[in-house]
Amino acid sequence: MQYQAPDSFDAAVTLLNAEQGMARVLAGGTDVLVQLRAGTVEPDLIVDIKRIPGVHDITAEDGGWRIGAAVSGVELNAHADLCADWPGVAEAHDLIGSTQVQGRATLTGNLCTASPAADSVPAMVAAGATARVQGSNGTRDVAVEAVGTGPFKVSLAQGEVITSIFLPARGANGGDAYLRFIPRTEMDIAVVGAAVSLTLDGDKVASARVSLGAVAPTVLLVEGAANAIIGTSLDDAAMDKLAATASAACNPISDKRGTVEFRTKIAGVLAKRAAKIAYDRAKG
Amino acid sequence: MIHVTTTINGDETEFVCDPRETLLDVLRDRLSLTGAKEGCGTGDCGACSVTVDGTVVCSCLVLGAEAEGKEIGTVEGIATGEDLHPIQQKFLDHAALQCGICTPGILVATKALLEKHPDPTETQVRYWLAGNLCRCTGYDKIIRAVMDAAKDMRSAA
Amino acid sequence: MAFDEAKKDFNLIGTRPARPDGIDKVTGRAQFGADKAAPGQLHAAILRSPHAHARIKSIDTSAAEKAKGVKGIVTRADFATGLKGEMWNKLENVMAGEKALYDGHAIAAVAATSALAAKDALKLIKVDFEVLDHVTNVDESMKDGAPVIREGAAGPSTPEGMHPNVVGFYSSGHGDVDAGFADADLVIEDTFTTEATHQGYIEPHACLAQMGKDGKGEVWCCTQGHFNVAKVCGHLLGTEASQIRVTASEIGGGFGGKTEVFIEPVALALAKKTNRPVKLVMSRSEVFRASGPTASASMDIKIGMKKDGTMTAGRGVFRLQGGAFPGAPGTFTAMCAFAPYALENVSQEAYDVMTNRPKQAAYRAPGSPMAAFAVESVVDELCNQLGLDPIEVRLKNASREGSKASFGINWPRIGLVECLEAAKAHPHYSTAIPENGGRGVSCGFWFNHGGETAVSLALAEDGTVSLSVGTPDIGGSRASMCMMAAEELGIKYDDIRTTIADTATLGYNEISHGSRVTYASGLATIEAARDTIKKLCKRAAAKWGIDEDAVYWEDGFAKPSGPNAGEFEPMSLAKIASKMGATGGPIVGHYEATPEGAGVSFAVHIVDAEVDKETGSTSVGRYTVIQDAGKAIHPSYVEGQFQGGAAQGIGWALNEEYIYGEDGRLQNAGFLDYRIPVASDLPMIDTVIVEVPNPGHPYGVRGVGETSICPPLAAIANAVSNAAGVRMKSLPMSPPRILKALDEA
Ligand SMILES: Cc1cc2nc3c(=O)[nH]c(=O)nc-3n(C[C@H](O)[C@H](O)[C@H](O)COP(=O)(O)OP(=O)(O)OC[C@H]3O[C@@H](n4cnc5c(N)ncnc54)[C@H](O)[C@@H]3O)c2cc1C
Ligand code: FES
Ligand code: FES
Repeated sequence: MQYQAPDSFDAAVTLLNAEQGMARVLAGGTDVLVQLRAGTVEPDLIVDIKRIPGVHDITAEDGGWRIGAAVSGVELNAHADLCADWPGVAEAHDLIGSTQVQGRATLTGNLCTASPAADSVPAMVAAGATARVQGSNGTRDVAVEAVGTGPFKVSLAQGEVITSIFLPARGANGGDAYLRFIPRTEMDIAVVGAAVSLTLDGDKVASARVSLGAVAPTVLLVEGAANAIIGTSLDDAAMDKLAATASAACNPISDKRGTVEFRTKIAGVLAKRAAKIAYDRAKG
Repeated sequence: MIHVTTTINGDETEFVCDPRETLLDVLRDRLSLTGAKEGCGTGDCGACSVTVDGTVVCSCLVLGAEAEGKEIGTVEGIATGEDLHPIQQKFLDHAALQCGICTPGILVATKALLEKHPDPTETQVRYWLAGNLCRCTGYDKIIRAVMDAAKDMRSAA
Repeated sequence: MAFDEAKKDFNLIGTRPARPDGIDKVTGRAQFGADKAAPGQLHAAILRSPHAHARIKSIDTSAAEKAKGVKGIVTRADFATGLKGEMWNKLENVMAGEKALYDGHAIAAVAATSALAAKDALKLIKVDFEVLDHVTNVDESMKDGAPVIREGAAGPSTPEGMHPNVVGFYSSGHGDVDAGFADADLVIEDTFTTEATHQGYIEPHACLAQMGKDGKGEVWCCTQGHFNVAKVCGHLLGTEASQIRVTASEIGGGFGGKTEVFIEPVALALAKKTNRPVKLVMSRSEVFRASGPTASASMDIKIGMKKDGTMTAGRGVFRLQGGAFPGAPGTFTAMCAFAPYALENVSQEAYDVMTNRPKQAAYRAPGSPMAAFAVESVVDELCNQLGLDPIEVRLKNASREGSKASFGINWPRIGLVECLEAAKAHPHYSTAIPENGGRGVSCGFWFNHGGETAVSLALAEDGTVSLSVGTPDIGGSRASMCMMAAEELGIKYDDIRTTIADTATLGYNEISHGSRVTYASGLATIEAARDTIKKLCKRAAAKWGIDEDAVYWEDGFAKPSGPNAGEFEPMSLAKIASKMGATGGPIVGHYEATPEGAGVSFAVHIVDAEVDKETGSTSVGRYTVIQDAGKAIHPSYVEGQFQGGAAQGIGWALNEEYIYGEDGRLQNAGFLDYRIPVASDLPMIDTVIVEVPNPGHPYGVRGVGETSICPPLAAIANAVSNAAGVRMKSLPMSPPRILKALDEA
């Protein structure tokens, strides 16, 4: 295995394209090193992007936030303005692993591992985040929900790398939240995750996005669940409908972390609880 | 093999390593700094905790090659000469270790915690240390030692 | 040696000095199993079976042998032949023979110039497996048609006509249980299960070994019993235990799991073959797959009770699987089950069953926690249905001095009643139960153990003392040894240095297990100190020219025993030591024996838990441990044992389990998915040390390390069941299980 730490994304793309065998991008490494250790991935080339100028920066852009590909959980959560705009995204990312993992783990890495249970991804999906992708044919922006295509599979082409994540402008009267279910209080992978982002018009929900994790091969954007609460003030009927549509959207598996029945039921419970928090945040 | 120049506990250090070797492998096997322990090798136990440029990380999740130009801090660097750091002393006073295999990682993580949050709540301490597994103590005496150290360090500051 | 009723005013016993190995452990200097290196050492890695059950048709190591850096490869062919019984079982577990018996079973091992090279070479070893049907569940394994793990493994106690996987049986009891049940106002009968769990010590097994062609070897390893390591390695390598010197490293947790030998013989075989030191360290997934987890259990319990709370009869049937070898601790399970209760009618039986899982090892009070879970759940249910207070009922039926134990003996002095009284009086028990919460109470029992013990205590000229013990320090025992020696000799705690001697230095010492260290090595230390004192008095007598018997020892001084003995200035230990070269040579006290007076120990735990009925999630609120320690030498380490056992029990009760897939492979061989409690999962754990002296120890010490894990499974199950309003009968009570039980209720 070779290790390279280029000083530009252009150089990174060139290295990735030149590699005949398997190449892996290294951000925080909290997935990559686990895979190396287990021998499940045996790359010929590792391209560490952390020495590229700007990858640790968070910058204001069009009222939203552009987050460099190597921004760690610690760096993200230290950014007070971003956390005020998108507390759901910040908290979701903060849930990943331990203090130690937070020192390294990135949104980009969480997205590119494409685990159905990734914590920050439902929150980013609900927020309407996009990823900026650079390849040999230039740069494109893709919706976050279009990056993962199946468990541990991404839509990025050979040689493509994500350079940053963009969180759009929060706008007035908006709020978001992410909740996950784990059996312990920390250090677990989500059995179910649910994110809700919404805006209010008075007491009524004007717009909403609901996203679920760990209940299908990819993170889901559930339009029906959003529709269940749009136009309501989260009355009991709306909440029941939200839970029912969220549960109905689930297509989970039974595994060491949870059963089909459990995941399906909890998706509804968490969607309701997350919606309530997002609503209260939007109210301010 | 990769040649790396880094700073460890304030000392400039050079080493060569295989690109697959982790920082933990390098510290333990190449530099004989065996204070950081391997409990899992996959980020789950925190026994290998070190600081990289002041941020606490699992050294089993960092490649040795990544240490180039960084400042690494390990448990061996916590005491000043023969003077124990207050958290080290409190761990002894409170019997906060039984077997002691988790202790180096917990001390590294605790030092970072108290530098950032000098007055943590019990809940804050428990969540900060959630990535440092201890199987012997049930955490009770560890948490008490950390809270007590924080108190003493605040009054000394 | 009997309890010394006269010895009441202690100087040091009961105080909390800093441990002697403390500074090494907070500065990173302490050397654990994987921390030692030898010049020119090789690194080893083990190839393990991916199959739960498979015939090994052939192993081709030729490609691996040629790989870069590889210096040697061993398979079963490199170990002793002709072993029988227990040693054959041990070898079969250390390195598979004709069959791989579980996922993770060792097949071959490589030594190479680096750990990465050894790991790479494993991929080049070709094994031709014939995959066989497997079974991992205890009840399935007993059924007709279950795959046979090994013919002829059954012991003599096994009843006729059982499946060959049933390899052991135990039964005991007294009275007429059916008459007892007929006498009861309420009889409850139910079935309970627990899953296998792992001790979860944070330090993986690790060793460094050297061995020459002459069969003389050296091993450095983390173990609870280095003398046992020498013995087993001797057998497995076809040499003598005395030819293998084993040094115990600092040990990063064991809890029973490091009483077994897994990798040391492999490292020695590779060292012999390559003529180089070999370091072998297990990965975490190897620890889960291929060390010794607990047994899992399936249990039927029936108990009768009168309206006033009198228990009229109890019956238990316990089925335990202990992996692919005989040895599940069913006998202990059965013996411990009803131990807290003085029952007129009781019967218990246990089956030892083999499955395609790693061989179980001891885990803190092996077999007892699951028994307590089953029995104490039924007792709780009886109390609920009869509207009785759970502590009053336990007090009413409690075992006490002179009452007949469920397994036959008459109890000596025991402290269960004292523990129950302390629980009743504890503020925890009188506070209101939180809303949405439930409270659980449980008793627990463990025997404790003595075992072969040798210590030696040598004086230095400067009046300090070097104490050598042979029981690895698994939780601060060196502090307790220093305290006991200093107490006896009347010198300062800091003037004693306790060392864990290697196997060539001291007589045989049994493993640090059975909560025996503070009891047995402690007793031996006290005896060795008293032996030393005799020798000190003799030197003083010679100096004073009086009779030996006219000298006694007090607070660190030899003194003439009265006016008749003559007027002499008391002589300090340091003074006598400083002259010992000229007065007869070195002064060394020693003790070697097998103390038989280990004191059993009881505990009572109280816990409050809350259950989120929408998600099945449990949180543990308040937790109180009350346990009889006999005498707490160093109370901080006694409390630590209480708290650690409770925390492990909480994990076992709520989330920890071995999860096997349909394919017989372990699904969660890592901390992330095995889920031991983390700091944010637990509350502070309150402790009450009860001291009912053990008649078999001079200070009254009882072992404390194991009993603390007996009550928590049941206490938490009772709290959760009471909070959820539905009886939980299977552990772990993970959220999906709780939610399912709620849905079905
Ligand atoms: C102990 C532990 C606990 C964890 N707990 C959680 C948890 O609770 N929730 C959770 O969601 N995850 C968890 N994880 C997984 C992991 O920490 C997260 O997925 C993390 O966000 C990954 O980020 P990273 O920067 O470390 O990624 P890396 O490991 O660096 O990379 C991950 C993947 O993304 C690819 N990649 C990285 N950067 C780019 C890029 N710029 N362009 C293209 N591809 C790229 C890599 O090649 C790799 O395939 C845990 C991991 C550990 C070790
Ligand atoms: S060894 Fe690094 S976290 Fe366990
Ligand atoms: S003291 Fe043993 S793991 Fe913490």
